[in-house]
Amino acid sequence: MALSQADVLAGLKEIVEEVAGIPAASIELGKNFTDDLEVDSLSMVEVVVAAEERFGVKIPDEKVTDLVTVGDAVDFIVNAAK
Amino acid sequence: MKIKSAPITNSAILSVGAYRPHRVVPNSEIVDRIDSTDEWIVQRTGIESRRFAGDDETVISMAQAACEQALKRAKLTIADIDTVILATISYPFQAPSAATELIVALGNPKAAAFDISAACAGFCYGVAMASDLVRCGTSKNVLVVGVEKLSDYTDPDDRATAFIFADGAGAVVIGQSDEVGIGPTEWGSDADSRDAIILNPSYLDFKKNPKLGVADLGWPNIAQQGQAVFRWAVYAMSKAGLRALDAAGMTVDDLDVFIPHQANIRIIETMAKEMKMPDSVVISDDIRKNGNTSAASIPIAMDSLLSERPDLYGKTALLIGYGAGLVYAGQVVRLPLAP
Repeated sequence: MALSQADVLAGLKEIVEEVAGIPAASIELGKNFTDDLEVDSLSMVEVVVAAEERFGVKIPDEKVTDLVTVGDAVDFIVNAAK
Repeated sequence: MKIKSAPITNSAILSVGAYRPHRVVPNSEIVDRIDSTDEWIVQRTGIESRRFAGDDETVISMAQAACEQALKRAKLTIADIDTVILATISYPFQAPSAATELIVALGNPKAAAFDISAACAGFCYGVAMASDLVRCGTSKNVLVVGVEKLSDYTDPDDRATAFIFADGAGAVVIGQSDEVGIGPTEWGSDADSRDAIILNPSYLDFKKNPKLGVADLGWPNIAQQGQAVFRWAVYAMSKAGLRALDAAGMTVDDLDVFIPHQANIRIIETMAKEMKMPDSVVISDDIRKNGNTSAASIPIAMDSLLSERPDLYGKTALLIGYGAGLVYAGQVVRLPLAP
């Protein structure tokens, strides 16, 4: 099922807010998960697993480190869902 | 002529004992070599301090102390024990086994004795085997001991592991019981991910390169892929835990205590959340004071919990061990009765 960038971003905002307690309003495509949002490596795993369930995609362990910014994650999920 | 077999009986954990090395090592002793902070370690793992064994605290001496305490609490002597199962990955000899050294130290060199290598799942593997040995009549009273001296296999300069691993021993006596004291074991492996936690190089590398030493080849210290292990531990192990409960005819609502392998407080808390554990379940957080002692962590945590909360003697607990392999085992048990 094709997903729009806007839908994925909205979903990711909810996930990151729930997992890491970061207000959805501060989550933007250009934000770096670690440096800007302070999502640590273990919380990132929780985000990834929640995103897999929500969007019906697979995000392998070796890809997680490539998801540096929110935009990286949105792009990966949009492409994986195509 | 038919082959005779012993009647099937019930098994239970009769007692628990533990040995924690004397030296308490706070995060402040670890942080300088890995350019970290106490706050960072506590936030990522929950660990505030751990114990490191001294030269006089060996795998055998720590196991012996834990076993002697468990025997005393069960009101048994070593002569009552016919089988000893020892779980470890840090005994530095291939043979004879640590278990045979242990039975000599304990004073019963005639008991059946063997080691199992199932890393952080080792204790629960041992409980599974001991329970079935007792149930089938092969053994009457079994000592299961998890013991580790992981400080010998931890790189103090490794920013991913230096603060995690620790030393200690924990033991239980498993024997016959009027009621079912140990539920069916849910166990297995995800060995496609066996590279996620490794100890390299092989000892053979030293033999093949006699002119090279530890400075050249390194030492078989534990290395692990943190994110991959976290993901497996939380999401695969919470499902395994639920299967162990189901096999025992229970749900999380029937549970009093949760004693998972003490790998990381974040794993433990996220696992409990995934399993939808009610607030009424007491969850062990022994990792805060004792670090990750691999095969020893569950019995040490059980001992800590029962010392702090005597009201939990005899309560129903879910145990689950998981680690290098990747391998896992879990079972519902009735905690021992008060000694």
